[in-house]
Parts: sequence; structure tokens; C-alpha cells
Amino acid sequence: MTAKLSANDLTLIRGESCLFQGLSFALNAGELLLLEGQNGSGKTSLMRAIAGMLSLESGEVLWNDVPVSQQRQEFHGSLVWLAHRTGLKGDLTLVENLRFEGALRPQSDVDPSEVFKRLGISKLKSLPLRSMSAGQQRRVALARMLLSDAPLWLVDEPFTNLDQEGRELVMRLTDEHLAAGGMCVMAAHQDVDINATVTRVSL
Amino acid sequence: MAVPSPEQPRILVGLVAMVRRDLLLAWKRPGDVLNPLFFFAMVCTLFPLAVGPSAEQLTVSGPGVLWVAALLSTLLSLNSLFMSDHEDGSLDQLLVSPQPLPVLALSKTLAHWLTSGLPLVLISPLLAMTYRMSTDIVGVLMLTLLLGTVCLSLLGSIGAALTVGLHRGTALLSLLILPLAMPVLLLGANTVSLAAGGEPYATGIWALAGYAVAALSLAPYATAAALRISNE
Repeated sequence: MTAKLSANDLTLIRGESCLFQGLSFALNAGELLLLEGQNGSGKTSLMRAIAGMLSLESGEVLWNDVPVSQQRQEFHGSLVWLAHRTGLKGDLTLVENLRFEGALRPQSDVDPSEVFKRLGISKLKSLPLRSMSAGQQRRVALARMLLSDAPLWLVDEPFTNLDQEGRELVMRLTDEHLAAGGMCVMAAHQDVDINATVTRVSL
Repeated sequence: MAVPSPEQPRILVGLVAMVRRDLLLAWKRPGDVLNPLFFFAMVCTLFPLAVGPSAEQLTVSGPGVLWVAALLSTLLSLNSLFMSDHEDGSLDQLLVSPQPLPVLALSKTLAHWLTSGLPLVLISPLLAMTYRMSTDIVGVLMLTLLLGTVCLSLLGSIGAALTVGLHRGTALLSLLILPLAMPVLLLGANTVSLAAGGEPYATGIWALAGYAVAALSLAPYATAAALRISNE
């Protein structure tokens, strides 16, 4: 089954200001949706709206042509979200954090130690996240994304806190995910160097 | 017989993982667990010192003091139920997880009860001794506290979910919860008093148990809805 994420006529009003109006897009397997805009233009809000955490003024987000609100659990099983705040516990170690995440959502059958090696965090396995640097914590959040089986990636500013090598790694990983038939919604300030079809949404 | 859907075992896995994670976090940060417990122990031991050692007075006021202290100590611990998850973003991750949110809310509440309600029940006999309670009455006290703390944790989870986005929401949380918690306090304290006076007290236990069952079946849904609202 080829998955499809689409939205028609989204309008979101937060407080007094209208963040976006009449926004529509369609995203097929293997494509990237790039959200561009200044700080505070509503990239994160749009992402939260796609994930079904914000109620929209109008419009609907559709997953495989069915409104997300009608199949919340199924949709959430097909997405993984890399947010600003990593959502990992500072008091727990990398392994403890990822074991918990693994119990919550469907996992792919890749070997975790391969993923850790690739992200350069295999030596940090038994450290509590609190004692890692911000960039290292972001790499753990990336590991959660890679270990999950979700076809849809929602990535909010994935390059924050990462070094040059890390930023290139994120692009390569996204490329591979898209080549394997995945989808990605990315909010980014910098330009991305990705080979797949890129749809741009300017907010 | 219905064919078990493939989702069922995953839900159990999620529930167990959630409880285990919260217990692990409590283990790594014992202060959060011990503070409300110390508060409970302090109030219960200081009260007899203040009112004097008269046995008569202590037996009369014992059930009430123990129960009020238990209620306040639970309110004290409730604030942290969703707070840290909200701050580090893991609450957002729970909201977009494929697990049903009421189950996750219930597992978090269960972990909360295991680290706040249950220890309180377990140390209550020790504190009841200062009030010259007989062994039978201590049994009744523990039973009412057991059912009562379950009620309070469940009701409290609704309030904690509603106030999670607010800074310093503790006062509001207490205000929201108190009307719902009042019947628990009255039933609990009065049941122990009746038992101490040698009167029939079974009705109180049944009523508390009924309250606990109602809270158990309704509170997780209310908590889940409240979490979605306060996280918008």
C-alpha cells in the first residue's frame, strides 16, 4: 500500500493572529514536504496540527484519504515526531529511554547497535541523558526515529544543536528514508540537499 | 468468542512499559516520593505533641487527623504527575503515540499511586499507634486508606492534567480536586471513627469501594481528554 498524506484548506488561528489560511498540500511516498518561514510563522504549529494535537479552524488532514480525526490511533502508529524538545527523560539512560519508546510504537527490525554506531552514540549507552550534550541528546532522538517503523517522519528543526557532520548525516538519513518509500515533513531554516521530490510550503 | 485483535497485547506492553518507566524515574529521584510521605508522617506525629497525650482526645481525633494528612499529602504529590513530562516534551510524544491515551493516563496514575498512595497506606499503622488505635481499627484504617488513596490518585490525575500547562497550578489543582475529594475524606474518616466506637461500619467501606470503581472507570477518560485540551 502506498501511503499518502494530504491536507486541504487548513486554517489555523492562534489567539488574535491567523497563522495560515487555506493551506493545502499532498505528499506521496518518497517525497519531502519542506516547511519554510521565519521564526514564529507557524511551522511548529502546522506540524502539531498535522499530528492532530491542535484543532484547526477549518480544513482536514487526511492520511490515505481518510481524515486523521477518524483514525487517530492508526495514524499515530504511522508517524514519528522529532520535536524541539526531545521528549526523552534526562534521568534515564539511552537504552532505558529507547526501550520505553520501543514499547509504545511499532519498531522496525534494524539492529539497534548499528543505528547507535551510525549516529556515533554507541559509547553513551549507559549514560543518563542529563549528562549528554544537547547535540548528543538530539542524536538519541534521531535514534528513536530510525528504530521506529513509521513511514511518516515529522521533523522540526532537525539541524538544531548538531555539528556539520551531524547535519549531513540527517540529510543522508532522510534521503535513505525517502528512497525506501517513506515520507517526511521537515521544518528547517537552512536549505536542504535532498535528492527526492521536494514540495515547499512557505508560511 | 471474539477473535482477539492484534492490538491488544501491544496495549498491555505499553501499560507495563509506562508504569515501569515512571517507577524507574521515581527510584532515581526518591525525593519526589519521600517528600509527601514525610509530610504525612510529620503532621501525624506532631499533632499528638501539640494537643497533649490524653488518650481520650487522641482516639477521638486520630481518624480525622490521619485522613486529613493523607488527603493533603496526596494533593502535594499530584502536582508532579504530568509536570516533568510536560516540561521535557515527552507528554507530546505520548499524545502522538499509537497507544490509547486513557490507558497511558491510567498507567501513569497507577505508577503515581504505587509511589505515593501505597507507601502512605503501609506506614499508616506505625502512625496510628500514636493515636492508641487497636489492631482491628488499624486494619479498618488501612483498608479505607487503600481505597481512598486510589480514589484520590484517580481524581487528582484529572486535575493534574487540566493544570499541566499552567505555571504554579498547585492552588488551582487543589481547588479543582477538593469538591470531588470531600466525599472520600468524609467516608474514610467517619468509617474509622465508627469502627473505633464499636459501631457497624461496613457501609462506609462499600461506599468507598464504589467510589473507587467509579473513579477507575471514568477518570482515565477524563484525564485523557483534559491532557488533549491543555496541550493544544
